[in-house]
Amino acid sequence: MPADVAAAGLEVQAEALAPPRPLAEFWRAFRENKGAVAGLCIIAAIVFVAVFAPLLAPHPPIEQFRDAFKRPPAFMAGGDWRFPLGTDAVGRDMLSRLMFGARLSLFIGLAVMLVSAVTGIALGLLAAFSGGVVDVVILRVMDLIMAIPSLVLAILIVAVLGPSLTNTIIAITAVYLPRYVRLMRASALGEMQKDYVTAAKVAGAGPLRVMLSTVLPNCMAPMIVQGALGISDAILEAAGLGFLGLGAQPPAPEWGAMLSDSREFLQAAPWIVTLPGLAILVTVLAINVTGDGLRDALDPKLRRG
Amino acid sequence: MLRFLARRLILTIPTFIALMFVTFMLIRLVPGDPVETRRGERGISPERHAQLLHEMGLDQPVWKQFAGYANAIAHGDFGTSLISHEKVLTEFLTLFPATLELSLCAMLFAVAIGVPAGVLAAVKRGTIYDQALMSLALTGYSMPIFWWGLQLILVSSVWLGLTPVSGRIDPIKFYFETPTGFMLIDSLLSGQPGAFANALWYLILPTIVLGTVPLGVIARMTRSSMLEVLGEDYVRTACAKGLSPFRVIGLHALRNALIPVVTIIGLMTGALMAGAVLTETIFSWPGVGHWLIQSIGRRDYPALQGGIMLISLVVILVNLVVDLLYGLINPRIRHAG
Repeated sequence: MPADVAAAGLEVQAEALAPPRPLAEFWRAFRENKGAVAGLCIIAAIVFVAVFAPLLAPHPPIEQFRDAFKRPPAFMAGGDWRFPLGTDAVGRDMLSRLMFGARLSLFIGLAVMLVSAVTGIALGLLAAFSGGVVDVVILRVMDLIMAIPSLVLAILIVAVLGPSLTNTIIAITAVYLPRYVRLMRASALGEMQKDYVTAAKVAGAGPLRVMLSTVLPNCMAPMIVQGALGISDAILEAAGLGFLGLGAQPPAPEWGAMLSDSREFLQAAPWIVTLPGLAILVTVLAINVTGDGLRDALDPKLRRG
Repeated sequence: MLRFLARRLILTIPTFIALMFVTFMLIRLVPGDPVETRRGERGISPERHAQLLHEMGLDQPVWKQFAGYANAIAHGDFGTSLISHEKVLTEFLTLFPATLELSLCAMLFAVAIGVPAGVLAAVKRGTIYDQALMSLALTGYSMPIFWWGLQLILVSSVWLGLTPVSGRIDPIKFYFETPTGFMLIDSLLSGQPGAFANALWYLILPTIVLGTVPLGVIARMTRSSMLEVLGEDYVRTACAKGLSPFRVIGLHALRNALIPVVTIIGLMTGALMAGAVLTETIFSWPGVGHWLIQSIGRRDYPALQGGIMLISLVVILVNLVVDLLYGLINPRIRHAG
């Protein structure tokens, strides 16, 4: 059937001629990875719970029920449907605390990622474009931050500033800044050698324009992947600090902090210990799976560092 | 090689000076002056206050204080703990073997399981084995280890009664001198029957907990590195020569695939020693991390300052050694450096 072949040929041609749609292409590649899609759904569910926590939660997160200390979850013996996931040692509803905790964890993750990524992109671009002393100074400072072990650096910063949610975010932002700076600088240097950048310069684009609208968009793929994975790392680190008593302070329902004094209830009330950690694990895992899918879809050659 | 070594050594000097500066600033940035925090309930006269400031050298210009601090460190004096009144260096050296022992065991555990898992996943690429192993690896990588430790204690120690909950050895059954600080070695040296097995028993849970995240990283890394190597020409040649798959994978592919894995192992060992803070806290493991956290709680800033300085120093040195070893394993890097 020559007509069919011709039609197919025309179709192929039409497809090739259609303007590229990066978002649609990205989505097609991303959809291949079933795990990543599942991860994305879980993230969406967690975000939903976090946003609507005040409507969804059965109780306020810090209200103490003096008649119900260490009440087990409803599906266990001695449980009560008033507290579907039980209560903690001072009679606060676990489910409500976990829901409000999602707000804190996601907020920390997003805040750290945004601040460190934006600062990192700015410093990385600056280092790549100015070269010379500025470049050396920025790189040395980043090397220093990386030389101090991350958790120790966070502890040092928190010890100086005092433990609080804000200071946790500041500490973790400082810890993760070097990743973005180095990644940005490396990919900007790589892009700057390409012909299209030279062409833009020849065409008379100013340095700021070359920096922000020519080079930056082409460096975004690795930054997006790093940013996605950075959210989960920040959530883990913040929970670790909370667990050590150096993060969010009681009675804030931060997942790590909820675990910090629970060791003594390990035997008597295991749900107090198990549930917040499970929430952290599920969230971090969902983000990491999605991040992996993002990486494969955006650039198959990228490897996690 | 010597030039490479010299270059790398010189490059660590500015890092070291900056590290001194950061830890020096720590005490000055903490709210409240050190005399105020030490004077106790009754308060002191202004004269005594000035005298104490003078004794601590805090009435001098900041640059002079920093010079004094740097000078003391150059002479091996990392300060004195406010609580125990011991030299910070002495205290660090008695605690560090516990951290090192735990970190090395955790790394051994991670490598012993992570590398074979990564190889298996790469060889069986796309099968259910690959998917299962990589899902587990990602779960390990995403694990909040303080929670993981508590869960293991709950199941293994509380419910099953299999493993001890905290400490390094049974203090009732065994007592011996600890000349090296490494419990596994000291228990052997003591010659007491069962001491070594007991020390090993106490190590199991902390080792698994600390080793879980590196295990995930190593398995993922080995897999991707192995996949790259398996596509190389020399692997195809080896197959074409009629070598058994075992020889091809074990000898030709794995040896080359391990180069990046070895680097990441080295770098993670340094990070592990510092990252043991959480694991040590959960298991009351008497190591450096546990001590740092306690120092924060006790507002023992000289100990915190010296401790952070020393642990960072160890990590910098470990990373330096890893860099040098990497040059040895992979000659291509040596000349580029």
